[in-house]
Amino acid sequence: MQRMACSFPDEVLEHVFSFVQCDNDRNAISTVCKSWYKIERWSRRRVFVGNCYAISPDMVIRRFPDVRSIELKGKPHFADFNLVPDGWGGYVAPWISAMAAAYPWLEEIRLKRMVITDENLELISKSFKNFKVLVLSSCEGFSTDGLAAIAANCRNLRELDLRESEVEDLSGHWLKHFPDDYTSLVSLNIACLGCEVSFSALERLVGRCPNLRTLRLNRAVPLDKLANLLRRAPQLVELGTGAYSSELRPDVFSNLSGAFSGCKELKSLSGFWDVVPGYLPAVYPICCRLTTLNLSYATIQSPDLIKLVGQCQNLQRLWVLDYIEDAGLDAVAASCKDLRELRVFPSDPYGPEPNVPLTEQGLVSISEGCSKLQSVLYFCRQMSNAALMTIARNRPNMTRFRLCIIEPGTPDYLTLQPLDVGFGAIVEHCKDLQRLSLSGLLTDLVFEYIGTYAKKLEMLSVAFAGESDLGLHHVLSGCEKLRKLEIRDCPFGDKALLANAAKLETMRSLWMSSCSVTFGACKLLGQKMPRLNVEVIDERGTPDSRPESCPIDKLYIYRTVAGSRFDMPGFVWTIDEDSAMRLS
Amino acid sequence: MQGVVGGGAGAVSGGGGSSTSDASMSTVSKEDNPVLSSEDSSSCLDESELELGLGLSLGVGVGACKAQQGPRGGQYARILTAKDFPYVGSSTSASVSSSSSSSSSSSSSSLSRANVTAGTKRSADSVAAANGASSQVVGWPPIRAYRMNSLVNQAKLPATEVFNSLIVKSRNSNPAVGKGTSNACVNANEKGQLRSSLFVKVNMDGIPIGRKVDLSSHRCYETLAQKLEDMFATSSGEEHDMMVDAITPSKLLDGSSGFVLTYEDKEGDWMLVGDVPWGMFINSVRRLRIMRASEANGLAPRLEESNGGQRNKPI
Repeated sequence: MQRMACSFPDEVLEHVFSFVQCDNDRNAISTVCKSWYKIERWSRRRVFVGNCYAISPDMVIRRFPDVRSIELKGKPHFADFNLVPDGWGGYVAPWISAMAAAYPWLEEIRLKRMVITDENLELISKSFKNFKVLVLSSCEGFSTDGLAAIAANCRNLRELDLRESEVEDLSGHWLKHFPDDYTSLVSLNIACLGCEVSFSALERLVGRCPNLRTLRLNRAVPLDKLANLLRRAPQLVELGTGAYSSELRPDVFSNLSGAFSGCKELKSLSGFWDVVPGYLPAVYPICCRLTTLNLSYATIQSPDLIKLVGQCQNLQRLWVLDYIEDAGLDAVAASCKDLRELRVFPSDPYGPEPNVPLTEQGLVSISEGCSKLQSVLYFCRQMSNAALMTIARNRPNMTRFRLCIIEPGTPDYLTLQPLDVGFGAIVEHCKDLQRLSLSGLLTDLVFEYIGTYAKKLEMLSVAFAGESDLGLHHVLSGCEKLRKLEIRDCPFGDKALLANAAKLETMRSLWMSSCSVTFGACKLLGQKMPRLNVEVIDERGTPDSRPESCPIDKLYIYRTVAGSRFDMPGFVWTIDEDSAMRLS
Repeated sequence: MQGVVGGGAGAVSGGGGSSTSDASMSTVSKEDNPVLSSEDSSSCLDESELELGLGLSLGVGVGACKAQQGPRGGQYARILTAKDFPYVGSSTSASVSSSSSSSSSSSSSSLSRANVTAGTKRSADSVAAANGASSQVVGWPPIRAYRMNSLVNQAKLPATEVFNSLIVKSRNSNPAVGKGTSNACVNANEKGQLRSSLFVKVNMDGIPIGRKVDLSSHRCYETLAQKLEDMFATSSGEEHDMMVDAITPSKLLDGSSGFVLTYEDKEGDWMLVGDVPWGMFINSVRRLRIMRASEANGLAPRLEESNGGQRNKPI
């Protein structure tokens, strides 16, 4: 083996390795022998850090000296639902500072659920001469001033994608900071911005960037300006409209319709805030080419939705509000035979009664009609074990199944039984299931099914379910591929957690909030498991001021080789080996 | 929705056979096999045994930790309240405190439906009863704030009208007008479909890290001020203990603590919190700031102008 390894010059091996992009494969390559490790680490260009606190920037830089693309994730997923208090962490600043020094040729930064400031953005714009891609997904902490710095200084920028980030809108003038000779924009997503951007600057920018393929506008861009934009960029592949409303005028309509017809490459549509149904037919000419349609902000009723979606025979991904109703989903099942992903969001999640006739039946229809369906996110108000079993049998190819029955603890509406066997059927039949979210009335039995069958499951979300620690134990001991587990409002306590302590090191993270874990168990875990950070998040003050048996509020455990973090706010407590020694 | 089941855990969890058996617990061998045997699906984690994976047991370290001051350093003395005593699996204090002042939406069926959450053994009954409809639970249904704000904004006009009419109704029907703020405790859930989350940023002078507070989980200024007290009392470090004492709800609202609660409205003006009816406040607030009283002096004249002679809050 040693001789074989030496028989190829490094350059040849490096060239071979360059065809291997997948992280797991490259990790495997690096373990073959020392020289392969060395070659691989020098040639690794792309690094993904699923938890920014699992490793320190210096450790990454030391191992991989010439990285061009980095992806970092910060806050736990439940931060999306405001369960993580503000100020918890996820600051990208230390990473940017370290990389500014170490990676002058960095081209791509992708962040998810992290805090990035205007200063960080400015540092990015000035430190990386060949900077090309900035994707900020669900990030916060910055304003349009930071965007202005990026626009002004990143001469080679290709992608600026602010996906659902929270941006402080100081002014729309930041767009003007793109220089007049800047023409390399490929993708711009500003859908999350609240304020009006300077429209003339936008038009000129779109007009001078011939490679622009993705343009997601914000709500403030009025419909009557859309046609002009489209005519300047007929090569667009992905478009997000602004507000889709205007006085119904035939000239505006025909202008818009003509502009859409001119976009022969358009495959993805989104936006559609404030929809005036009369303008929907303007997109009919391109419906047959659409593969992705996001109508999840479109408050239009089922008949209009059916007319639109009925023409999208090539649709692969559909996001829609529950206004579509069961009838609309029947129509989708009949027309969209290529559908891979469906997300149905609730139009009135806080109302006590259903406001639209959308039930489990819609999902059953889709499972029957759409043989390629793999990914589902479905909000509804009633479900039955029978429906779940039907869906499971129809679609064993399902890989992501997230069901949210809006009222916690809702049983099977036909039998009044828990939904254990229904979800059990899902995990039993869908052998490649990677992601699962549970809801409804559930006992420990559903967890037994999950532990028994869901061998490929990587992410599980649980809320208001289970009866005892046995439930949690089933999952932790049975789900071999589990990486992320998030739990809220379940009666899981210390026993299962401590019994499966070693399992936690094989996972990225565990979140438990409003459960029955005590501070004593957390301290124990923190002391005994040096490669886990056990964070107790409690806004009621130090957990020591309460009885030991009092459950903690929130718990976030993640594996790390970087030790305790330094940026914990006042409401986060951890115990590590050092402080344990100090105590005694 | 049909099929509401009232009552507690026992009635509902009949299906879970394995969980209610009393089979003996499987013991664990140490270090190398930290996982309890999962083949025996009817095994149960016996309550009385604490033989655990990796030899971990709850007995270790607990006594030693009692003396701990806490990794935060300084001591944080706190009067224990009902929320500090053992209760299992409740949602956050914010939702509990706000729910006590308003019953859930009118239908009683939603309340008993909420009791179905007690398909678990824990005392979720009390929590569910206190919380009522799911709109009171933080972060549920799991919809991203971004999406909720979009939906809410699209429905904004009708909601505003409902709010305003509710405010007017309650003012007219309540002759015993005490302090202006108490009058604003309107049960805005009569209509059922109002607010979702309305998170606004809160900054306090002297504390670098801002927070966010969900205004829609409050119905009046008192609970909001209480929440802010909790929030900034725990997140501040030792050197801010002074501020901790200063912040109590009434002191925040009437400014006698040395701090005043202010907000930035839709027009970008900074106003004192508490002068306008709650509904109006909700509709125009963009963010909050707990300001040092010394800096708040400039607010008074503006307030007089914009309110045209309304009662002026002393600073």
